[in-house]
Amino acid sequence: MKNLVSWFKRLFMVPGLFALLLVASGCSGITVLDPKGPVARTQQELIIFSITLMSVIVIVVFVLFFYMIIRFRERPNWTDKDYDPHQHGNTTLEIIWTVIPFIIVAALSVPTVTSLYALESPPEETNDQEPLVIHADTSNWKWYFSYPEQDIETVNYLHIPENRPIEFKLASADSMTALWIPALGGQKYNMAGMQNTLYLQADEEGEFAGRNANYNGSGFAEHTFTVTSESEEEFNQWVSDVQNNAPEMTKDRFDQYLEPGLAQEAEYSSTHLEYVDFGMNSGRSYITDLYGGNLGEQLHLEGGEGGPWEEE
Amino acid sequence: MWDFIWNDFLVTGEPIIYGAMASIVLATVGIVFVLTYFKLWKWLWDEYLTTVDHKKIGIMYIIAALAMLFRGGVDALMMRTQLALPNMNFLNSVHYNEIFTTHGTVMILFMAMPFIIGLMNVAVPLQIGARDVAFPFLNAFSFWTFFFGAMLFNISFVIGGSPSAGWTSYVPMAGPELSPEINQNYYLLALQLSGIGTLATGINFLVTILRMRAPGMTLMKMPIFTWSALITSIIIIFAFPILTIALALMTLDRIFGTHFFTLAGEGMPMMWANLFWLWGHPEVYIVILPAFGVFSEVISTFARKQLFGYKAMVYAMCVIAGLSFVVWVHHFFTMGAGAGVNSLFSITTMLIAVPTGIKIFNWLGTMYKGRIRFNVPMLWALAFIPNFTIGGVTGVMLGMASADYQYHNTYFLIAHFHYVLIAGTLFGMFAGLTYWYPKMFGHKMNEKIGKISFWFTVIGFNITFLPQFFLGLMGMPRRTYTIEPEWMPLNLLSTAGAFILATGFVIFTFNIYYSARYEPREKTGDAWDGRSLEWATTTPVPHYNFATIPYVNSHEAYWDMKETGATTYDESKLEPIHMPSYKGLPIIMSAIMFMASFGLVWHWFWLAIPGLLGVIICMVIRSFDFDEGYHVPIDEIKRTEEQARGRKE
Ligand code: HEM
Ligand SMILES: [Cu+2]
Ligand SMILES: [Cu+2]
Repeated sequence: MKNLVSWFKRLFMVPGLFALLLVASGCSGITVLDPKGPVARTQQELIIFSITLMSVIVIVVFVLFFYMIIRFRERPNWTDKDYDPHQHGNTTLEIIWTVIPFIIVAALSVPTVTSLYALESPPEETNDQEPLVIHADTSNWKWYFSYPEQDIETVNYLHIPENRPIEFKLASADSMTALWIPALGGQKYNMAGMQNTLYLQADEEGEFAGRNANYNGSGFAEHTFTVTSESEEEFNQWVSDVQNNAPEMTKDRFDQYLEPGLAQEAEYSSTHLEYVDFGMNSGRSYITDLYGGNLGEQLHLEGGEGGPWEEE
Repeated sequence: MWDFIWNDFLVTGEPIIYGAMASIVLATVGIVFVLTYFKLWKWLWDEYLTTVDHKKIGIMYIIAALAMLFRGGVDALMMRTQLALPNMNFLNSVHYNEIFTTHGTVMILFMAMPFIIGLMNVAVPLQIGARDVAFPFLNAFSFWTFFFGAMLFNISFVIGGSPSAGWTSYVPMAGPELSPEINQNYYLLALQLSGIGTLATGINFLVTILRMRAPGMTLMKMPIFTWSALITSIIIIFAFPILTIALALMTLDRIFGTHFFTLAGEGMPMMWANLFWLWGHPEVYIVILPAFGVFSEVISTFARKQLFGYKAMVYAMCVIAGLSFVVWVHHFFTMGAGAGVNSLFSITTMLIAVPTGIKIFNWLGTMYKGRIRFNVPMLWALAFIPNFTIGGVTGVMLGMASADYQYHNTYFLIAHFHYVLIAGTLFGMFAGLTYWYPKMFGHKMNEKIGKISFWFTVIGFNITFLPQFFLGLMGMPRRTYTIEPEWMPLNLLSTAGAFILATGFVIFTFNIYYSARYEPREKTGDAWDGRSLEWATTTPVPHYNFATIPYVNSHEAYWDMKETGATTYDESKLEPIHMPSYKGLPIIMSAIMFMASFGLVWHWFWLAIPGLLGVIICMVIRSFDFDEGYHVPIDEIKRTEEQARGRKE
C-alpha cells in the first residue's frame, strides 16, 4: 500500500509541475492571457479571476481526497479505532457544502453578467470615438472585409487603427463561421441571413493572428487572416493607397470568389456590399442560387500546404 | 455499374482505406471460419443472437462498446499523430475531418451509450431483485437496433465515405447544399436507428425500476446505481424524441428536398443547433449519471461504509437531471443571442456545479472513517475524483459566457470535455465492468494487470489532455487538421500521452483474455463483500436470477441479509418461475431496418420501401405471437440452487 500511495503522489505531481512551469514561463506565450486590447483584457481578467477561485476548489478537493485515501486506507497494523461503518451522513456538513458552492456561483455570476452587458457595446475607455465599421463576411474558406465608409474591401487580411473601437458586422454566405482574433478578444459567429455585431479594439501596434474558429469543412485550417494594427495616420495612408491603386470588386470577380476554395490576400477599391449583403435575409440564398449543389467541394489540403486558389 | 461501384460506392484512393477494407474482410472471414470450424453457429444463435436474457444482452452491449472504443481510439491516435508536428502529411484535411467526426460520434453514441446501457442491463434487474426487465423482447430489439446502427455508421468508412461535418453535424454545412455527397446520410440514419433502441431502453428501464422491485424496496431503498439508471431513463425519455425529430427533419431535407434547415427556401439552420443541443446536453448527463451511480456503489463497497448522504446523492442527481434541460444554449453563447439570454444560461450552467459538488463531497465523506481497499474497481473510482474535479471546474469556466467567447471551439473545450467524459464516463464504465465482472463471468479480472492498465491510462490521460487547456488559450481551434509551429511542443506532448493512454486500453482488453484463462473461478457470488442484492445471487447467476425474492428493508439489502444470515434461496417458498422464450425476431427485424436505412442512405427506394414493409410485417408477426414463455419447474430450481450453493454435487 505504501507503494500505491507514493504512486498516487507522483502521479499528481505531473499536472502540478506542469502548471508551475507554465506560470513560471509567464503568460506571454499564451495569447488569451496576454491581451492586446480592452475587450481581450476584460475577458482575461474574468478568466484569471475564475482560475483563482477554481484553484481554491481544486486544492480543497485534492487535499481532502489525499487525506481520506491516506488516513483511512487499509494497512497491516490497522485497528478499527476510528472505523465507523454505520455513519450515514451529516446534515450540517452537507448544508455547508451546498451553500458554499452557491456563494461561489453567485460570485462568478456577477462579473460574468456585468461583462456580458459591457461587451455588447464599444469599450468604455474610447467611447468618445465613433467605432470603425467593418463588415466581415465569409464563404468557403475566405474572409472578405468591407470598409463601407472608406469604400474598400480586403480579402484575408485586415488593417485597423489602434486605440479605436472596431465594430465588426459579421455574416456568412454559406457555412456558419466565427471571427476570432484571440489577442483582441473572443469570437462570435458569422451566419447566413443574419448579422452579428462584435466590438474589438487594439491598444497597440502590431500583427495579430485571426481566424475562423468554427469548423466549416476542408479548408477550415487555412481559413485564417492577419490583422495589422497601426497608427491613425498609417491606417489612413493605407486606406488611400487601396482607394487609389486597387482594382474594383466587380460582381463577376466577387462571384468567382464565392466558389469554394482558398484565396490569396488581395484588396479592392469598392465593396461587394453594393450587390449583396449576406447579413440580410435577401442575401441568404445568393450563393445557392449561383452555384446550386456544387458547394460541397472537397479540398484535399495537406498539412497546411494547400495550393492557394488563384484568381485568373 | 462497375463504374459506380468503383467510383462512388467503394471509397478508394487512400492506403488507410485499403487497409481498413482488407482488415474488415479478413476479420469477417476469420470470424466466419472460427464459427464454422468449431461448429459454433447454432450455439451463437441459440445462446446469444436470440437471447432475451438481460444478463447476456448486457454482455453483448459491453463487448460491442469495447470494440467501438477501439475503433474510436484508433481514430484518436491517427488524429493525434497528424497533430503532433506542423506540416504533417499523415492525414489530409478531408480525411482528418472524417476521422474526428466518426471519433466523436462513435465514442458518444456507440461506445459510451452502449457501455452504460450494458452495465444497466447487467446490474439493475439484479439490484432490485427482479427476474428480468419489464419487456425482455423489446430489450433484445433495443440491442440489435443499436448494433445495426453502429454497423451502418462504421461501414461508411469504406462504402460511400464517412460523414465529415462533426458529431454535431451543424447545418448549413451538413445540409444538402454544402454536403451533397451521401456521407452525411449515414450519420442521420445510423443515429436514428440506434436512437430508436435507446428510447426503447429508457422506457424499458423506467417501467422495470418502477414496477418490478422486490417487496419492501421503496424508492428511497433502491441501490444508488439503480437510482442513477432510473434518472437516466427519464432523461432518455425526454431527450431522445428531440433527436429523433431533428434527425428526421434533416433526413427530409437531404433526401426529399424539404427546407427545414436549408440555406435557401426559408430554412432555419439555427433551429438545428437548438434541437441538437436540446438533446445533446441532456445526453451528456445520460452518459455521466450512471457513472456516478457506479462510483457510489464502488466507493461505498471498497471503503466498507454506507454511502454518505444517500438522500442528498439522490436529490443531487434529480437536480442535475432537471438542470440538464435548461442549459443547452451554453453550446453557442457566441451565436449573438444577447447579454440577457447568455446571462440566464450562464447561471443555469454554473448552478450544475452545486449538486455535482455535493456529490463529490459525499464521496469523500463516504471514505471518511472507512477502511479503504485499493482493488482495481476502487482505483478507477478514486482516479475519477481529482480528474473529474478538473473537468468540472473548467466546465464552470466555460459556463461564464463572456469568457467562453475566448474558449469556445478551442482545445480548451476539447480538454474540458475529455476530462469529463474520460475521467467520468470511461473510468466509471471501467470501474463498473471490473466491479461486476465476477458476477458476469464467474471470475475476477486480474488485479495486477488491472493496476498496470490503470496507471498507464491515468497517467497517459493527464499527459494527453492537460496541455490542451493551454493550447486552447494559445489560440488553437478544435477540428483543425494542421497546427501552427508555436503550438508544437504541447501538441507533441499530448500525442505522446495519447499513445500511453492507448497502451492502457490495450492492457485492459488483454486482461479480459488473460483473466478468462487464468483467473481462479469465483464461487461465492459475493466477490467483493458487496452490499446490494446483485451479490446475493450465486455465480454464475441462474437465468431466473432469484429462486426466491427477499424482502428488502434498506438500500443495502444484501448487507442486512448477511447480518441476519438470510439467503435468496428459501426452499419452502419455491414456486415455478415464469420466464420469456428466446426470439429471433429482434435481430431479424433490426437487420431489415438496417437494409432499409442503407437503401435510404443511397436514395435506393427499391431497397428502402420493401425494407420498411418488411419492418411492418415483422411488427404484425410479433403482434400475433401468443407465446407466453414457459415456467421453470421447482425441481429444476432446486437442482440449480443446490448445485450452485455447494450443498449437493
Ligand atoms: C482515447 C483517448 C482519446 C483521445 C486521444 C482523443 C482525442 C481526440 C481529439 C484529438 C479530438 C479533437 C478532434 C479535433 O477537434 O480536431 C477529439 C474530439 C472528440 N472526442 Fe476524443 N479522444 C479520446 C477519447 C474520447 C472519448 C472516450 C470520448 C467520449 C466518451 C471522446 C469524445 C470526443 C468528442 C465528442 C469529440 C468532438 C468531435 C467533434 O468535434 O465533432 N473522445 N478527441
Ligand atoms: Cu443566427
Ligand atoms: Cu452542455
